[in-house]
Amino acid sequence: MVELTLPKNSRIRTGKTWPKPKGAKNLRKFQIYRWNPDDGGNPRVDTYFVDTDNCGPMVLDGLIKIKTDIDPTLSFRRSCREGICGSCAMNIGGINTLACIYGMDEVEGDIKIYPLPHMEVVKDLIPDLTHFYAQHASIMPWLETVTPAPEKEWRQSIEDRKKLDGLYECVMCASCSTSCPSYWWNSDRYLGPAALLHAYRWMIDSRDEATGERLDQLEDPFKLYRCHTIMNCTNTCPKGLNPAKAIAEIKKLMIERRM
Amino acid sequence: MHQKSYRTEYARVHGLGVAHDGVGHWWQQRVSAVGLVFLTPFFLFPFARALGSDHETMVATYQNGWNALVAILFVITAFWHLKLGLQVVIEDYIHDKAVRTVCLVVNTLLTIAFGAAGVFAIASIAFSA
Repeated sequence: MVELTLPKNSRIRTGKTWPKPKGAKNLRKFQIYRWNPDDGGNPRVDTYFVDTDNCGPMVLDGLIKIKTDIDPTLSFRRSCREGICGSCAMNIGGINTLACIYGMDEVEGDIKIYPLPHMEVVKDLIPDLTHFYAQHASIMPWLETVTPAPEKEWRQSIEDRKKLDGLYECVMCASCSTSCPSYWWNSDRYLGPAALLHAYRWMIDSRDEATGERLDQLEDPFKLYRCHTIMNCTNTCPKGLNPAKAIAEIKKLMIERRM
Repeated sequence: MHQKSYRTEYARVHGLGVAHDGVGHWWQQRVSAVGLVFLTPFFLFPFARALGSDHETMVATYQNGWNALVAILFVITAFWHLKLGLQVVIEDYIHDKAVRTVCLVVNTLLTIAFGAAGVFAIASIAFSA
């Protein structure tokens, strides 16, 4: 059955409160999930204070400030700092989002930061995304063709290219999949909103010749049909995309090819 | 991080492959839902009117062919919809394979049995004249 309480070794304890920076006038309180596989202890929530007059406006700026000035052991992923690499996805104030494009002013009260929900944690705010990436690989995220490749390029009309808008922008940050209760309970078999959005992106690409095979690969009670239109994916997507609609479109194609 | 096995994540994702099933279930659940939108008021109206009245009025209500037909269609559609819905709940939340299999079988058998009992009860009244 579904586990309603955390296992003993996952229960979160109150951690260390780090000293406030000296001379700061405007402080912001951060409460951050910490877990280190090497110390054998339970996870804990540490408290930090950031001088906002001496720091950038985004949550990622705050995290970098903490790591640089207060606690170098704090671990998190980050790279582009402009919402295009998808590395810094985490749960901020109860919402899965990208720390680099989420302003500190968007959070009311203390800034509470946890790793993406229901994923195994590597350390602190770093979730293990191996399974998530394998799910993406399983939907054949590439142009699949039988016709020999043209000498110059596969052509696409402006109209057909427009169909990819709202899909190609996905940066695979995993915010959507890890916000989905169906994915929490059944991620071993359900592919999740991110992989399914990518599956649809290739299905409707006018240059692709494997739409039928792509549908075949999803015709399964678990891989596709664990989506119950909960819509958390669409609500949380930091890029403003609509994975729930993409999944609904796949379900429509499944019916269309039977009628 | 599955440390007890060296099976690749890609193999885990593929699992036992694709069942090539699920579309029918999904479609039937929607069609039966639409059917219930129309059948429920037509079933409830004569039922509510006869509720609390004497035995003869109730029997007379379902000796009317139209009322009996709507009631039978309602019971079949509602129990089929219930079977499909409970199946989803079981598949979602029960992860132990043996328990899940038993629950799925019991769900199918019980909903068919209760549905059949309902149809039999209505038909008995309808044909009792």
